[in-house]
Amino acid sequence: MPKTFSEKILAKYSGKSEVVPGEIVEVTPDVAMSHDNTAAISKTFAKIGVDKLFDPDIHVIVLDHCVPAANATFAQNHKDIREFVKKQGIKNFYDINNGICHQVLAENGHCLPGSVMTGSDSHTTTYGAFGAFAAGVTRSETAVIMATGKIWFRVPETMRIQLTGQFNSGVYVKDLALAIMGKIRADGALYRAVEFDGSAAHKFSVSERLTLCNMAVEMGAKAGYVPPDETIYDFLKGIAKREYEPVFSDEGCEYIETLDMNLGELEPMIACPHTVDNVKPVSEVSGENVEQVFVGSCSNARLDDLAILAHVLRNRKIDSDTRLIVIPASSRVMIDAMRLGYIDTVLSAGGTIATPGCGPCMGNHMGVPASGEKTLSTSNRNFKGRMGNPESEVFLASPHTAAVTAVTGKISDPGEIPVDWEMINEELSNAVLSPVITR
Amino acid sequence: MEGTAFKYGNNVDTDVIIPARYCTSFLAEELAPHALEDLDDTFVKRVNQGDFIVAGRNFGCGSSRENAPIAIKGAGAACVIAESFARIFYRNSINIGLPILECPEAVHGTEEGDKLHINLETGEIENLTRGGKWIAAPFPEGIQEIIELGGLVSYVKKRLGAEK
Repeated sequence: MPKTFSEKILAKYSGKSEVVPGEIVEVTPDVAMSHDNTAAISKTFAKIGVDKLFDPDIHVIVLDHCVPAANATFAQNHKDIREFVKKQGIKNFYDINNGICHQVLAENGHCLPGSVMTGSDSHTTTYGAFGAFAAGVTRSETAVIMATGKIWFRVPETMRIQLTGQFNSGVYVKDLALAIMGKIRADGALYRAVEFDGSAAHKFSVSERLTLCNMAVEMGAKAGYVPPDETIYDFLKGIAKREYEPVFSDEGCEYIETLDMNLGELEPMIACPHTVDNVKPVSEVSGENVEQVFVGSCSNARLDDLAILAHVLRNRKIDSDTRLIVIPASSRVMIDAMRLGYIDTVLSAGGTIATPGCGPCMGNHMGVPASGEKTLSTSNRNFKGRMGNPESEVFLASPHTAAVTAVTGKISDPGEIPVDWEMINEELSNAVLSPVITR
Repeated sequence: MEGTAFKYGNNVDTDVIIPARYCTSFLAEELAPHALEDLDDTFVKRVNQGDFIVAGRNFGCGSSRENAPIAIKGAGAACVIAESFARIFYRNSINIGLPILECPEAVHGTEEGDKLHINLETGEIENLTRGGKWIAAPFPEGIQEIIELGGLVSYVKKRLGAEK
C-alpha cells in the first residue's frame, strides 16, 4: 500500500514493515536537540537515575534563548549545561557564540533527509526543510532519550499543500505561510504532518524552506516537510554529519487533506495581535504606527532576509520615532552580512544589532516593548505577552514589510520601497561566504 | 471528583498560561501564582483545589515549555477539558501528570461556573449544573500506562528497573 513520508520513516525507525496513522511507535532519533532548557533536562535526567547517556552523539545542544546571559539565574543555567556537556562527553555543543539552535543545526549539517530528529523546542519542525521527520518534544522526553535513547510518536495523518506559480514582487514565503495560516487557522494541521510540494516548493532556496517548515508548527503541525531535491543535496555536500537516505511519499498515498496554493495570487500578509491566524493583507492595516521593528528569529533572520532589509535601508534613515532591532540568525549569517555591508547599512540607517540568538522573540531579555507599544516582527508568534509585556502588541510579517515599516514608522506595504530581488540573488550567489562555524 | 469550571476560548497559548519571564523556575509553587496571568489575572485568586479548566480548540499551543502544565496543576486545577490540545502540551501534561480530557461535546455543554463531576478512569464528564453527560476520547494504548504510573519519569524508572 502506498505510504506517506512520515509513515515510511517511522516504520523504518521502529523496525516495522509498515505503520498506520494513529499507531503509537517507539523510535531512536538521529538527533535530539535541546537549548538553554538543557539545564532543566539534565536535572530530570538525574532523577531517572542513569549515570551515562545512552548515546552522547545523538544530542546537539545550542545556547541561544538568552545569550549572553541576562542575569545570574540564566548564567547559572548556562554554567550547569557546560558542566553537564563536559561530564557526559557531548561533542555537539554550541555555546553562546553561535546563534539560534535551528539555524545552527541547519548550517552544521545535522539536518539530513530521511532522518528522525527531535527537539525540546516547538520550532523543531524547521528541519523538515531538509526532508527529515522532525518534531518538537518535551523536556522530560529529551531526558528520557538521554537515558534510554527512546521516544514515542503517534504516527500522524499527512496533509499535502501543493504550491504552484510565482510570487509577485514584494511577496515572500513568509506571506505564503501567513496566508496558509489565515486559511486553515492555528489548529488546521493539529496532530498532522504537513508536506509542502508542487513545482513552486522545489524552486525554494534552503532558507525559504526553513521559513516554511518553521511556520508549520503555528498551524498545529507535528512535522513540516519539503521533499528533498538537488538544492538540499548540494547544500549538504561536505557538511553532512552522517550518510543519509532520502524518503519520499509514495505515488497514490493517502493524504487526509490537500490544499492548493497559487503563489501568484498572494499579496503581502500580516498577522495581527494576538494570534498567529489573525491574518490580514498588509494593505488593510497599513498606516498604523509602530514603535519597534524586530528583524530576527528562527523564521526570518538569514542572509537573504538581511539582504532585503539592507536593500530597503540603503541611503535611507529609519523613522525617528521607531526603533529597529536586527539580530542575525547565527554568527555565520552575521559574518556574511558584514562582508556584504548589510550590517553597516543597518547601523547607518539608525538600526541596532544584537548578538545572534533568539533575542526579544519570547521576551527573555533585551528588546522588550513598553506598555502600549506596537512591534512589527519577522518572528513567528504574536501571543499576548510573548515579547515580555502583555500590554504591548505584536504584528508578524516578512522582512521586506518590516524594513519598509521601519523607514516609514507605520505599517507599510513593501511596494512603497521595492527591491530588485534578482539583483539581490546575484549579489548573494557571487559573494564568498564564510566557512561553517563550529566550536 | 467534583469542581467548578473555568471556561476559556480557542488557542489558549503557553505564553499566556505561563509567560517566559517566569520560566527560569520549574517549581510548581513558584509558577502557580502566575498561572494564566496574561489571559485572566483573576484565575489564581478564584480557583480552588480540584477545579477544572474547560477550553476550546488547540489548548496549549505555542512554546513547548513544560512549565505550562506544571503551573496549571500547581494552581489547583485537577483537569483540563478541551475540544483539542496542541500536541506538545498534550505530551507535557501526560509526562508531568496533569489529567487532560479531549471532549468537544462537554466543552459545548459547559459554561463558566458550572459544577462538573469527572471520573478520570472512565473519562466520564457530568455537568451537575445544567445536566449532560459525556465520555472523553480515550488515551492511545500504551500512553495510559504512563498516566497510571504518575508521569514519564516514574514510568521510565519502572521500565529500566524491569529490564535489569
